[in-house]
Amino acid sequence: MSDIKITTRDFNFYYDSFKALSDINMDIETNRVTALIGPSGCGKSTFLRSLNRMNDIILGTRVEGRVTLDGQDIYDKNVDVVDLRRRVGMVFQKSNPFPKSIFDNVAYGLRINGERDKSVIAHRVEQSLKDAAIWEEVKDRLEDSAIGLSGGQQQRLCIARALAVKPEVILMDEPASALDPIATQKIEELIFELKKEYTIVIVTHNMQQAARVSDYTAFFYLGELIEFGETDQIFTNPGKKKTEDYVTGRFG
Amino acid sequence: MKIKWKQIQEKIGFTVLGLSTLLIILVLAFIIYDILSKGAGVISWKFITDKPRRGMTEGGIWPAIVGTFWVSLVTVVFSVPIGMFTAIYLNEYAKQGRIVRLIRLAIRNLSGVPSIVYGLFGFALFTLMLNLGLSVISSGLTLGLLTLPWTITASEEALKTVPMSYREGALALGATKWQTIRTNVLPYAVPGMLTGTILGLARAAGETAPILFTGVAFFWPILPKFPTNLLQQFMALPYHLFIMSTQHHEIVKVRPLAYGTALVLIVLILSMNAIAIWIRYRFRKKYKRA
Repeated sequence: MSDIKITTRDFNFYYDSFKALSDINMDIETNRVTALIGPSGCGKSTFLRSLNRMNDIILGTRVEGRVTLDGQDIYDKNVDVVDLRRRVGMVFQKSNPFPKSIFDNVAYGLRINGERDKSVIAHRVEQSLKDAAIWEEVKDRLEDSAIGLSGGQQQRLCIARALAVKPEVILMDEPASALDPIATQKIEELIFELKKEYTIVIVTHNMQQAARVSDYTAFFYLGELIEFGETDQIFTNPGKKKTEDYVTGRFG
Repeated sequence: MKIKWKQIQEKIGFTVLGLSTLLIILVLAFIIYDILSKGAGVISWKFITDKPRRGMTEGGIWPAIVGTFWVSLVTVVFSVPIGMFTAIYLNEYAKQGRIVRLIRLAIRNLSGVPSIVYGLFGFALFTLMLNLGLSVISSGLTLGLLTLPWTITASEEALKTVPMSYREGALALGATKWQTIRTNVLPYAVPGMLTGTILGLARAAGETAPILFTGVAFFWPILPKFPTNLLQQFMALPYHLFIMSTQHHEIVKVRPLAYGTALVLIVLILSMNAIAIWIRYRFRKKYKRA
């Protein structure tokens, strides 16, 4: 039986005085894909970014409650945020490759974490690009600028970049929303492969994608976690009326 | 009928804008033509490399060129690092609130302070209080203060153009704030910072008032070696130009020399601007954005 990687207990989140998340209680299982769904503005992205404390860089944010990674509270004063972010990686909605070469993009995380050995870097870069299913397309042009890649390739590059630092969890914020259907499919296949080694939490607007890709689904509405359960159950036999209304498209 | 009026308005607007641009270009062209035609005749290798002779009615302006160079160097060494680091602190580290807004307001206002006020302030602070005397250093530091608001503002603007997504992407990989800035923000902001700084520097190189009280001399042809020369008085192109045009005992006779000095000064400043633009172009090519 898989164990729990991340838990949240009575988690509240504030942007200044606005309460964006209320009493979120959730267990995220290891090596599974958990999808966060809900209408715009329901707090799912805020919640995702709370898992690696990326919200810390925004002014005026405040949290209450606990978020634990492997049993340790990540908001504890003694926690090294820098190390947390290495363990919990993130892929953003709009792919953001750095204006460097493809190689340097993937090597970036390694280098800033202190890796100096060139052969180690080269090997890890190759492995990450392979794991992100983009190696074949870029192996002959690693020194080219990453900006020259297509949207779908850029996103897979960002995934490779996140993988290179060997995280334990990968957070994905609508990773395929800016991509065409073929690129989207590639990303979804990739997620399916990745969950063997990583724990994945994915925010998506696309319900069909959530149904295709995830093991567990959490439905957010106006900052509250309405329902959480196995994906099949949420989509075919939801417990709450609101959930049912959302997944059947009555609103959203 | 309505449609016709809109078209006429458009044509009027376009004409006014076009004429304004033309006016500015004409003014610039006139200045360049005037200086070029009256000063070009004086320019020669001797003029540039020789010391002034016979009460400045003959000879060259080499000491003034060297003086301008050394003062500018002190200005750069002083204002560029301080300016850049201040901009980095204000833009990346400081908690954005009332205090930071006040600081920014103060900096913007400093750029509007008349240069003669800078001269008096520099005289009081560097020449007298810090006992640096009338010297290249005093003038350089004073000009440095003059350039500082420019450098800070230009650097801040450059930092602002770096997308937030670069910083977020780096932080999400486990980079510290300084690592992010050093490896993923500064490289892309530096060209803008340099450009703005050089433009500010070009302005400072042409200033007369700040160096008036702090060290410039009318006739100081001796050029000691570095670093002794920093503590001595010096000649400078803008001041030289001023004296030749208004204070010299034989104004009419030396007018061509004055124009020659003006020409050299303008060429110097235009070159600095050209270098700034070239740097920006090269770096833009190297770090092409998404």
